[in-house]
Amino acid sequence: MQRTVYTELRPGIGFASLLALLGAAIAAGLGAALYMEKYGHIVTGMNNQIAWGLPHVFAVFLIVSASGVLNVASLASVFERAAYKPLARLSGLLAIALLAGGLAVLVLDLGRPDRLIVAMTTYNFKSIFAWNIFLYTGFMAIVAGYLFVQMSRGMERYVKPVGWLAFVWRLALTTGTGSIFGWLVARQGYDAAIMAPLFVAMSLSFGLAVFILFVLVTCAAAGREFGADLLVRLARLLGIFAGAVLYFTAVQHLTALYAAEHGGVERFILLDGGLYTGLFWGGQVVLGGLLPMALVYLPATGRSRIAVLFASVLVVLGGLAQIYVIIIGGQAYPLVLFPGMEESSSFQDGVVASYMPSLPELLLGLGGVALALTIAVIGMRVLRFLPATLGDAADEPRRERAASAGS
Amino acid sequence: MSGGRPATGARRGGGNATSSRRDFLRGAGAFTVTLAAGVTLMAYGETPAAARQPGEPVTSKQRWGLLIDVSRCGDGCTACVTACAEENGWKQGGNPLTDAQWIRKVTIRNPKNGVTRSAPVMCQHCADPPCVDVCPTGASFKRADGIVLVDKHTCIGCRYCMLACPYKARSFVHEPLQDQKPYAPRGKGTVESCTMCVHRVDTGRIPACVEACSATGNGAMLFGDLNDPGSEISKRVAQYPTSQIRADLGLDPGVRYRNL
Repeated sequence: MQRTVYTELRPGIGFASLLALLGAAIAAGLGAALYMEKYGHIVTGMNNQIAWGLPHVFAVFLIVSASGVLNVASLASVFERAAYKPLARLSGLLAIALLAGGLAVLVLDLGRPDRLIVAMTTYNFKSIFAWNIFLYTGFMAIVAGYLFVQMSRGMERYVKPVGWLAFVWRLALTTGTGSIFGWLVARQGYDAAIMAPLFVAMSLSFGLAVFILFVLVTCAAAGREFGADLLVRLARLLGIFAGAVLYFTAVQHLTALYAAEHGGVERFILLDGGLYTGLFWGGQVVLGGLLPMALVYLPATGRSRIAVLFASVLVVLGGLAQIYVIIIGGQAYPLVLFPGMEESSSFQDGVVASYMPSLPELLLGLGGVALALTIAVIGMRVLRFLPATLGDAADEPRRERAASAGS
Repeated sequence: MSGGRPATGARRGGGNATSSRRDFLRGAGAFTVTLAAGVTLMAYGETPAAARQPGEPVTSKQRWGLLIDVSRCGDGCTACVTACAEENGWKQGGNPLTDAQWIRKVTIRNPKNGVTRSAPVMCQHCADPPCVDVCPTGASFKRADGIVLVDKHTCIGCRYCMLACPYKARSFVHEPLQDQKPYAPRGKGTVESCTMCVHRVDTGRIPACVEACSATGNGAMLFGDLNDPGSEISKRVAQYPTSQIRADLGLDPGVRYRNL
């Protein structure tokens, strides 16, 4: 019986350079946050029409991906797919790392980040935002516990129940994140229950893409083998999840198109919204959905490491485009105060709101990504998260065991 | 008799102001609009907001509201906006996208027949305010008397209320502030909106916008207690058809419009 051997990352010039680069990105992000804090949000592209901007795109992407990178651990513990078990620890570590990065961006973009303590102590439980504070912190605690039982001797019997808890919690987390938008009754582009399952599907897809990217790059950099069979399994799963996102997106827009009152916003997103229409069709649907599905399912590319890597990059970029369209596009379309009437005012009533992301916003968002990567990389350096090998040979006996256990 | 008139008025252009004023004068028996502004105020006043004693709690016996007669609202008139900005100290600083606007004049044009109306839009002081529902810290709150406010000490500046408000009534303070009014505190990095001049209402006065509108002679705005059947605003709401913006949302705004 073959045991999976986990080892820490070895220190070296490459490791140190990577940390230095990530540290610089974090410093830039913090600098941007301080700059915004000192001068106010006037230094960003956000305004009274586009109240949530690029930082929220990064934050939401990181948060839904945090839930999604746990796919691999859930597959191992909840669905008993033994092939994924060696990667379960890394999956948990990345989940915590991405959530920390996303939350950091969200908090540092607040108008009063210094009042974080208020947000942590004063709650309005009717607010989905307040629920999410518990969903996020609870997720961190549960995944930390999940990692503990996975990595401690004699705790094996707890892995499955804790894995189940984490699985249910992550679905609640992404439901909660989608409901931030789904429960906005006032906005034509939101106010739809489908936002919750759409965000669940987005998390499955974006999170798995991030996981594939991270593990492939890490294995290549650390000189560890990554089996072709395992890669094909992950890639095909990614194809299914990318398809699920397209499915929910199609249902979302077809349902909205059926209601005359949503005709305006649908026309804006799907037809004449300029950048938003381009990002929707070109970014989300074609580059972030159809093309990666083709790459992972077509026999010519399905087993190619480069193709799978490229497909994962496309899903990540398509995901960012999708969240940009949802968050920024949803606000850019003017609020309808008087249905059927043309509105105008000094407060941009009746006109598509303009928004140009600023450098501080970009730096803050990238700082969050850098923070997530730093946590993951340092985690792999100090604790045994990464298997010594992920070659197909190492996986074979495990699959046989799983097959015999199931028969 | 009055049932069909507002609908007719809504289709007519701005020239009906005089006739509807005459109707109003005859109907309500109030000749105050033609008098000097101060007298008008007193007549409208009817002690609309009985002053609370210090320490006396706000109760739900009152529900403060506004009635805006759009047919009386002057097309180019921004007296209410100017008065609000002066009163509450949010004067614009030349950045139209980021400057706060607690109240604004919205021009509404019917694309089918070209009929145009202009109406002030501010926080509608909903009975079920979405901004209060979504606020994670409870900084957005509704007083027992229906006035919706932001507690500047617990607002963390997340702006979720700005996404939730159907009326675009809220502004975020994007820049450092100077020359604040002591009775209308603001804060960089927090969200703000019309307070219905709560500092005036609590001392028995009427909101600055209503006062200014009366002073112009238009008399398009009326402030009062929607819970008091004897109040002028309640009488008029009972007498004439009025509407609420986005009434379909069922939020029951405290700001009502006539002839919209």
